[in-house]
Amino acid sequence: MSVIFILWLREVKKYLRSRTQIIASLGSPIMYLGVLGFGLGPIFQKAGQGSYLQFMAPGVVGMTVLFTSMFSGIALLFDRQFGFLKETLVAPVPRLWIMMGLTLGGATVATLQGLLIFVVCFIAGFRPNSLVSIPLAIAFMVLIAIVFAALGTVIGSSLKDMQGFQLVMNFLVMPIFFLSGALYPLSNLPKVLAMLTRLDPLTYGVDGVRTILIGVTHFGATRDATVLISVAVILMCAGAWRFSKIEI
Amino acid sequence: MIRVENLVKKFGDFTAVDNISFEVQRGEIFAFLGPNGAGKTTTIKMLTTLLHPTSGALELDGLDPTVKRDEVRQRFGVVFQDPSLDQDLTAWENMEIHGVLYGVPRKQRHERATILLKLFELWDRRDALVKTFSGGMRRRLEIARGLLHTPKVLFLDEPTQGLDPQSRNQMWTHVKSLNESDNVTVFLTTHYMDEADRVAHRIAIIDHGRVVAIGSSRELKERTGTESLEDAFLALTGTTIRDESATAADSMRQIARMWRR
Repeated sequence: MSVIFILWLREVKKYLRSRTQIIASLGSPIMYLGVLGFGLGPIFQKAGQGSYLQFMAPGVVGMTVLFTSMFSGIALLFDRQFGFLKETLVAPVPRLWIMMGLTLGGATVATLQGLLIFVVCFIAGFRPNSLVSIPLAIAFMVLIAIVFAALGTVIGSSLKDMQGFQLVMNFLVMPIFFLSGALYPLSNLPKVLAMLTRLDPLTYGVDGVRTILIGVTHFGATRDATVLISVAVILMCAGAWRFSKIEI
Repeated sequence: MIRVENLVKKFGDFTAVDNISFEVQRGEIFAFLGPNGAGKTTTIKMLTTLLHPTSGALELDGLDPTVKRDEVRQRFGVVFQDPSLDQDLTAWENMEIHGVLYGVPRKQRHERATILLKLFELWDRRDALVKTFSGGMRRRLEIARGLLHTPKVLFLDEPTQGLDPQSRNQMWTHVKSLNESDNVTVFLTTHYMDEADRVAHRIAIIDHGRVVAIGSSRELKERTGTESLEDAFLALTGTTIRDESATAADSMRQIARMWRR
């Protein structure tokens, strides 16, 4: 237990110390909110869907959690050869604990980052239906964070070099974001796109947060939570397995 | 303390370690010398449970690293060729995490960390982030950390690479005195012949994955009829330069360096 805890603590400490990084990482969500949110707002309104900012804010929060948690997992790739991770790989503790500590730490950091963006959304004018719903929305953020931190661990443990990293960014992380319905409603989509969005775990995460915060839903919160928890369990197992196979 | 018998490691068609055997006595400082790509690091990785041998027998303090993994891990400390400190944490925090990973009880952990940081002249900087440390300080911290759980064997894989002569000198003085006071067995690799000459009790010269000679510095010089260890080394391994083709790890190492500075 103490091993998982100290590795978790390490991730959180590092996050809180990296002020410039925190500020830098606010850049792209603010761009999405500011430019897309206000830029596409009038069209969205005309189409009879209400406020675009209200609609996309949960998506931007989901995006932040996705990117932050995936990165922390993929950072393994570097860390295992040129960083601290190598030290943990020769320690007399089960690899499972190490993987748990790193993944949960990454998930915590991603959730904190998501919360920060939530505050930014609030400042930009986003208003949830009720403030009581916020803890539940945070629970969904935690689920999203665990799913993608675990996926990041799977990838970071499996990749061999940096070229693979680019591949993952372009063919996995970006599609996960764009297919998630973070930026557009999921109803009345072309068949293929509708199918793809359903395969994307983030879809359920964003839908969950949106359901809780503004009462607009596609699948319903129960289904969203069930899917996310199942995927999280599967990916944690996969992560543990891949992590135990690391040789350097 | 360490026994290696007919050890072989193959990566596909390439044989990195080709049937080597040697023994290291308790309390000995043992140097592994060899040109690039000779199989030094691969051997260390196998002894430190990071790689599985293709065939052959390994023993560390009477235990097989491929079977009794965690028991073996508890018995050695290691400083890898590539840095493995967390640069965004302080020296003290790096020590602390190591202690927890190795299950050292809190009180003992703090005592050991205090003694070691003082010994390696890092005590005054214990609360500074590692990224503000010089190369020599980082290496010293890595060695101090590797010794925190009082290991019986200390592996040092090219620990002085890129250090200035002062730092190298100071580092070896510390390692030597620890070897004498605590009877820690030291297994090191280096490219600097003068270091091996100065600190190692016995030296193994390895080339193309095979041990070509083993003995004290004096024995090696006598055997080859040369004046210095460097000449003996060249006589045994030839003067051709080994052009290793760059691997994925090399290209990543370059990127890692760019990122750091």
